Amino acid sequence: MTTMERPVLPKLIGARVKRREDPRLIRGRATYVDDIKLPGMLHLAFKRSDVAHGRIKRIDTSAAEAMPGVVAVFTGKDLMALPGATRPVGARGTYAAKIGAGLPPMPIGTPFPSPDHYAIAPEVVRYVGEPVAVVAAEDRYVARDAVDAIVVEYEELPAVVDPELAMQGQPTVIHEGFPNNLALPYVPMGTGVDPATGQVDNSAIDRAFAEAEVVISQRMVNHRVAPNAMEPRGVVAHWDAGKEFLTIWSATQNPHILKSMVAAVLGLGEHQVRAIAPEVGGGFGCKINIYGEEYVAAALSRILERPVKWIEDRSEAFMATIHGRDLICYLDIAARRDGRILGVKMKLIADIGAYNMLLTAAIPTLTMLMASGTYDIPAIRCELTEVFTNKTPTDAYRGAGRPEATYFLERGMDMLARELGLDPAEVRRRNFIPKEKFPYTTQTGAVYDSGDYEKALDRVLQLAKWDELIAERDRLRAEGRLVGVGLAFYVEVCGLGPSSSLPTGGWEHASVTVERDGRIRATTGASPHGQGNETTFAQMLADLFGVPIEHITIEHGDTGVVRQGIGTFGSRSQAVGGTALMMAGEKVRKKMAKFAAALMDANEEDLVFENGMIYVKGSPSTGKSFAEVARYAYVPVPLPPGLEPGLSEEAFFEPPNNTYPFGAHICMLEIDRETGEPRLLKFFAVDDCGNVINPLIVEGQVHGGLAQGIGQAMFEEVVYGPDGQLLTGSFMDYALPRATDFPWFELDRTVTPTPVNPLGAKGVGEAGTLGSTPAVVNAAVDALSEFGVKHIDMPLRPEKLWRIIHGRGQA
Amino acid sequence: MSDLVPISITVNGRRYELEVEPRLLLVHLLREKLLLTGTHVGCDTSQCGACTVLLDGRSAKSCTVFAVQADGSEVVTIEGLERDGQLHPVQEGFWEEHGLQCGYCTPGMIVSVVDLLNENPNPTEAEIRAGISGNFCRCTGYQHIVKAAQYAAARMRGVSS
Ligand code: FES
Ligand code: FES
Repeated sequence: MTTMERPVLPKLIGARVKRREDPRLIRGRATYVDDIKLPGMLHLAFKRSDVAHGRIKRIDTSAAEAMPGVVAVFTGKDLMALPGATRPVGARGTYAAKIGAGLPPMPIGTPFPSPDHYAIAPEVVRYVGEPVAVVAAEDRYVARDAVDAIVVEYEELPAVVDPELAMQGQPTVIHEGFPNNLALPYVPMGTGVDPATGQVDNSAIDRAFAEAEVVISQRMVNHRVAPNAMEPRGVVAHWDAGKEFLTIWSATQNPHILKSMVAAVLGLGEHQVRAIAPEVGGGFGCKINIYGEEYVAAALSRILERPVKWIEDRSEAFMATIHGRDLICYLDIAARRDGRILGVKMKLIADIGAYNMLLTAAIPTLTMLMASGTYDIPAIRCELTEVFTNKTPTDAYRGAGRPEATYFLERGMDMLARELGLDPAEVRRRNFIPKEKFPYTTQTGAVYDSGDYEKALDRVLQLAKWDELIAERDRLRAEGRLVGVGLAFYVEVCGLGPSSSLPTGGWEHASVTVERDGRIRATTGASPHGQGNETTFAQMLADLFGVPIEHITIEHGDTGVVRQGIGTFGSRSQAVGGTALMMAGEKVRKKMAKFAAALMDANEEDLVFENGMIYVKGSPSTGKSFAEVARYAYVPVPLPPGLEPGLSEEAFFEPPNNTYPFGAHICMLEIDRETGEPRLLKFFAVDDCGNVINPLIVEGQVHGGLAQGIGQAMFEEVVYGPDGQLLTGSFMDYALPRATDFPWFELDRTVTPTPVNPLGAKGVGEAGTLGSTPAVVNAAVDALSEFGVKHIDMPLRPEKLWRIIHGRGQA
Repeated sequence: MSDLVPISITVNGRRYELEVEPRLLLVHLLREKLLLTGTHVGCDTSQCGACTVLLDGRSAKSCTVFAVQADGSEVVTIEGLERDGQLHPVQEGFWEEHGLQCGYCTPGMIVSVVDLLNENPNPTEAEIRAGISGNFCRCTGYQHIVKAAQYAAARMRGVSS
């Protein structure tokens, strides 16, 4: 074998490798759900409620059914297949004959009691946008026309909009069996709370407040936002009546969960369903859920024996895709005059909208879990109440519970600093969990894996040139301008699981196959939709096997190809999915080393995988090529004793704990005295996500998170009218940030590896949304300090700020 | 269904004679009839720019144009930007500078940058931001898109970056 001329392959872990998924995306050759076309495919469109709360008196679908091109119309009752509701559909039979009992209520992923929630409302609608009927038609435009031809009469019921009134049962109760609209009536967490029994002992928290020299109290709202992945949701379902097998393509973050849940709801075995997430155009949490439209599409394909497609439009997305956040916090901080915190209380009220979705009830519990932030707080008491209202359900949105905790606490830290006349950086420093104290267990039970908060603080102060920044602010102020500087610190919980924390299980799965020609095919249960795992995971395997990255393919998002998996959420892909991949890769490498050792008559422990070769350490010229060893493994003559042929292994990784990345953000913001319009002038972020596989991708993740966090602070807000009408139902009314809204983001990193996984990687997908939101609001409050403002609820709408500047009170 | 109207349209250099419903949107003509699915739809109110194409040389939101209005026009979509198998410098810039994540906004974004650089070969950062302000991106925070445009501008002016 000639071996001398092989190029030296660079180590790729830690390198700024260009993304391997990009060529298809920049050439317009990627396949998203809406790009799929199957022969005979029908198009679905949903008739949705235009009232917030009402009883369906009558639905007249006759005009719609009579339209040429319309194949079928189903109401909620039809789909429940209540006795007598069966009727012939199309040429091929009846619904009841095909699916027996009909579609049951949709399952959720949390253990709390929950009202029935049907994919299509059979009797009562509880938010604007809730489906009341579905049309299947030959053409997309016809389906939409038919929806408009459906006439629905409602008996309108009072709309429940204000969560604090809702808690008193006002103006009415939305769900039978849930008095006072309490979805989750009072869950305590923290010091003195026994998690096993729920017993509460107030002595420690009371003592903290009794000993306090200063107490900060503030009601704050972390308002409702809409995730707005640029690709709306969509689904294609194809029931193969011959094989009795369903294939479902969906813009989802977790095809494996989709497979399980669709099988359960349709009464199929999991072996009868294949779920595929093709190219997915962003998710940010909103595509974790399994939605009614997915069940309906699957059911209709089965009933009609034709492939069906449903594509959400943006107006529907605003009403029918989950919203994020919407948490009220009554915050109290007890401290000494030197800034040391003695205790924190957070009374939280979550407005979860009309129903529980997959993880709805669990999200605000993460706010409680993270109530200690980066601080060594001796006594914490959180209390959570979750409330039903006549709004779109909430669920995970980038950060999911943690940005809320960070926002409340970091606003509180700033208020404390202001009250005590201390530098905001100094107050934080005095309360940091010192680095010797890790692993650190918070009063709310989180076990922080590792951290060096002072280092990140020092780094961000350096990056922002803090003293100069303050001097610049003061100089601009002296010119009469309203300029403020804001700082916020955060810690995240990432790398979700472990399995004890997730109803789906919290592991991840991977498989690695070295093919006969030495090329590598790997699968991951993570389901990336923009995160770039086809690149980062290939980088890891390239280094592990010493082969060119071009020789590696990472497959994902298809339960027919990826045997098992959980999916992409909770910043888990790298920490959990990446570890599973390395475990599978190492198994294969080990086996391959045995084959190579047999082939070369060497000791497997002495072998090195490098530059496309496998050789005995120190003598690269005597090695075998990677491909040659691969070939031998598949035509093993002779088969080394104790080995099976082939090079294909899989692994499940169960993380022992979460990871806790952290960081600090600083910004400078100016408010126009005349118009009240805020403008970000500068933004600095230092993030510590542990070890980094690809800094380019990490930067991209941070940028995107910052944009969403800043977007919430400054522009974005889902607004409902007093009648429960959605007032921000399109991009005309919902202010999604544009390129002109942001300054240049200056980034830096510190690196504190986690001991929780062998990669030392913590996760970075959500981090940007945590620190940025409070940093911006802190800066705005600072900018308006001359008006004696203590707190401003987001978003920083010009009108709100103008009122403060011009003494017209808060809006 | 309403009566069909004959149109003639050139897309990515190829001429098509078609009969379309008067209400058919250009974006649906491209996606559904010509199977050019690189052009995306991200909204229903003409705000997001995911559907941006070049219409007679200038960027246009193809969700806001009826196919019949494009009769006699020349359209270039994301699929038509490459020359002889070579990426357009703007496409190259997006790849080099990590100007995309999920890729959904990307075709429209790239076309908008092409249009911007045709008009203004050496834009400032602020001009680039303004030039793409008709396009939403939810993933990138726009910064790497700005860099991609700067990269492409330098390439197109013949400056090596
Ligand atoms: S699809 Fe949003 S502007 Fe055309
Ligand atoms: S890359 Fe996802 S929306 Fe721009």
